[in-house]
Amino acid sequence: MAIEDATPARVGRTSGTDPGSQESHEPPSPHGSLVDPYVGRYAARAQEMVASEIRALFAVAARPEIVSLAGGMPYITALPLDAVGEMAGQLVADRGAVALQYMSAQGDPGLRECICDVMALEGIHAHPDEVVVTVGSQQALDLITRIFVNPGDVVLAEGPSYVGALGTFASYQANVVHVPMDDTGLVPEALAETIAALEADGQRAKFLYTVPSFHNPGGVTLSAERRARVLEICQRADILVIEDNPYGLLGFDREPLRALRADDAHGVVYLGTFSKTIAPGLRVGWALAPPGIRDKLVLAAEAAVLCHSSLAQLMVREYLTGQPWREQVKVFRELYRERRDAMLEALSAVMPDGCRWTRPAGGFYVWLQLPPGLDSKAMLPRAISSRVAYVPGTGFYADGSGARHLRLSYCFPEPGRIREGVRRLAEVVGTEIELRSTFGAVPAAYRRSGAGPTVLTGPAGADTPQ
Amino acid sequence: MSDLGHVLILAGGLSAEREVSLRSGSRLRDALREAGVDADVTDADAGLIPAITGDPPSAVFPAIHGAYGEDGSIQEVLALLGVPFVGAAADACRFAFDKPVAKAIARAAGLATPASVTLPKETFHDLGAAAVLERIVATLGLPLFVKPARGGSALGASLVEAADELPGAMISCFAYGDTALIERGVVGTEIAVGVIDLGDGPQALPAVEIHPLAGGYDYAARYTAGQTRFYTPARLSRDEAAAAAAAAVTAHRALGLRDLSRTDLIVEDGRAFFLEVNVAPGMTETSTLPMAMEAAGRALGVVARDLLSVAAARGS
Repeated sequence: MAIEDATPARVGRTSGTDPGSQESHEPPSPHGSLVDPYVGRYAARAQEMVASEIRALFAVAARPEIVSLAGGMPYITALPLDAVGEMAGQLVADRGAVALQYMSAQGDPGLRECICDVMALEGIHAHPDEVVVTVGSQQALDLITRIFVNPGDVVLAEGPSYVGALGTFASYQANVVHVPMDDTGLVPEALAETIAALEADGQRAKFLYTVPSFHNPGGVTLSAERRARVLEICQRADILVIEDNPYGLLGFDREPLRALRADDAHGVVYLGTFSKTIAPGLRVGWALAPPGIRDKLVLAAEAAVLCHSSLAQLMVREYLTGQPWREQVKVFRELYRERRDAMLEALSAVMPDGCRWTRPAGGFYVWLQLPPGLDSKAMLPRAISSRVAYVPGTGFYADGSGARHLRLSYCFPEPGRIREGVRRLAEVVGTEIELRSTFGAVPAAYRRSGAGPTVLTGPAGADTPQ
Repeated sequence: MSDLGHVLILAGGLSAEREVSLRSGSRLRDALREAGVDADVTDADAGLIPAITGDPPSAVFPAIHGAYGEDGSIQEVLALLGVPFVGAAADACRFAFDKPVAKAIARAAGLATPASVTLPKETFHDLGAAAVLERIVATLGLPLFVKPARGGSALGASLVEAADELPGAMISCFAYGDTALIERGVVGTEIAVGVIDLGDGPQALPAVEIHPLAGGYDYAARYTAGQTRFYTPARLSRDEAAAAAAAAVTAHRALGLRDLSRTDLIVEDGRAFFLEVNVAPGMTETSTLPMAMEAAGRALGVVARDLLSVAAARGS
């Protein structure tokens, strides 16, 4: 042991000596520098946007040396890229004057018709006038929040919930209240209780945000029976439902479940996207909303982006009308099913006792619970050193919970890589269990001082990839 | 273009400091190009050796932070390839990167450094963590700083103010490495002193004072503009500033470093405590070394160009 200084510690950070009362070898800068001269001028909603070590780790996770079970990137290589390329070239050559021009903020009418055909697969009967095309469904979520949520307003969301939605809610300073899920999705009794508790407190949620099919990150699906109950509870409480359904057509075992919107045209705004069924780079999504909300969405969209990319919209329309897209979705389904199987088999084979995980029937994600005492965020650096990446659970909650959970995605890596990644993860978890047993239980309230208050109060998901 | 010829900046790597390193690399490249140097950035991956052997640069500027960039690995590879590079040789890097070793060398050279304990995780496992931690708190007192023995950017580092926070801090620390350095928490004016040697001996740059606005100088405070107030030069008395400069130069010499380094110190009651030294200091917009250069009236690009010239003249 090296004991080399005897000076007693002085508690409390000092900021140096007063520059006015001392001699200095050079004139010191009296106010110092904050590097960014605009620091005092940012809006309140920007205050929590800070650098984070978790983001720094994800910069490493993108390297090919690392098996990333973190990102939810669709496997675009499975698309017939030649045919899509030819289609895009032809589109510009034949109809460039339209495809490269401004367009209405509501979106191309022909595409909106195609979107209604796609939604019909989930039992929705809609008119193209009710559809607003958006920049991915993410923009639809942003616009919905923009038109409904004032700072401090309550938004209900599953716990865990989609990180991109939590980021949007945080940027509008919403107060997110989580409602628990179990293996068949959102728990209706818990929803009713939460609404009642809010009411007793004089509050009413602006809307319920839900991902009913193949939840991100939960990997679970709201059963048909529960869909009816959730609708009934929200109707009774007069709470709008935002149904976000990016994965609905990517079920492995059966026909798509009937959407919530199929049974309630007035109380549900449905959000859809082509990011998973075609490609996320096109950034084409949509909202299907009752007329009043639709009008506001169109105005909000105009204010936000003037209009969406005409080229991308017409490409999607061409693809839906000229390519065998239903067959392509089947190709995706089979591919993701094989990867899901690889992940579930590997997890069963190698994960230490005490771990639990969901068994998704579609979509991209498995939600894994670690043994008691483990913290997925604290464990991430070790995982990256072991060349495997996942997303820590805390990013999927607005209230700091989720430390024992993590999200694994199987959509992008090949099955062999998935098996290797899970094997590495199992080793990391094993080492972590050993470490925890060495140091015993860590108080739940403990936070790394180094992380500081900025990280604790930061927007949920700020350091988590989508 | 300068007569230096083509130079290569190494940035990236696979440590948690990858993103910071990429930012350092691109900033260095821009500064060097402004100074008339034909500079490119490359990652330290499977493409590195073919890139260097295929088109040997006149010199390399390693800007990879953390393990691999600062632990001597990349320097060893550059030596194997016979290419001149800026900064310390592999042996010196190995000593400097290991904080407990660097502290021991600094202490032997007469510098003050906070009392500390260095232990691998196996010790806690074999001897019982509670007993060991209790003894540490009894000996060093509180607050304590816990950090990985090797690593940077405050990753895995915690300030521990109460004994019951210590186990959690140890676990966070062991996520970044297998050996922990537990230091007495010296809490004073935090400064970073850059040292450059353009061939006429190591010279200290003005100290930069680091004053985080909330909490400690953690990762967010380091890399989010506006989270930390920097005073350049630091608000120190003439004697304190001289002592800090001398300490940085002493550390640079004692550890056998060359070309450039950055020593992190805390000034407490007029006394400068050595914390650690960096052989590939950050060069981002919020990094202290470029701030110190600017305060000394030196342009980053010109200093980097001159360091590359020194390296090229020294040869491999």
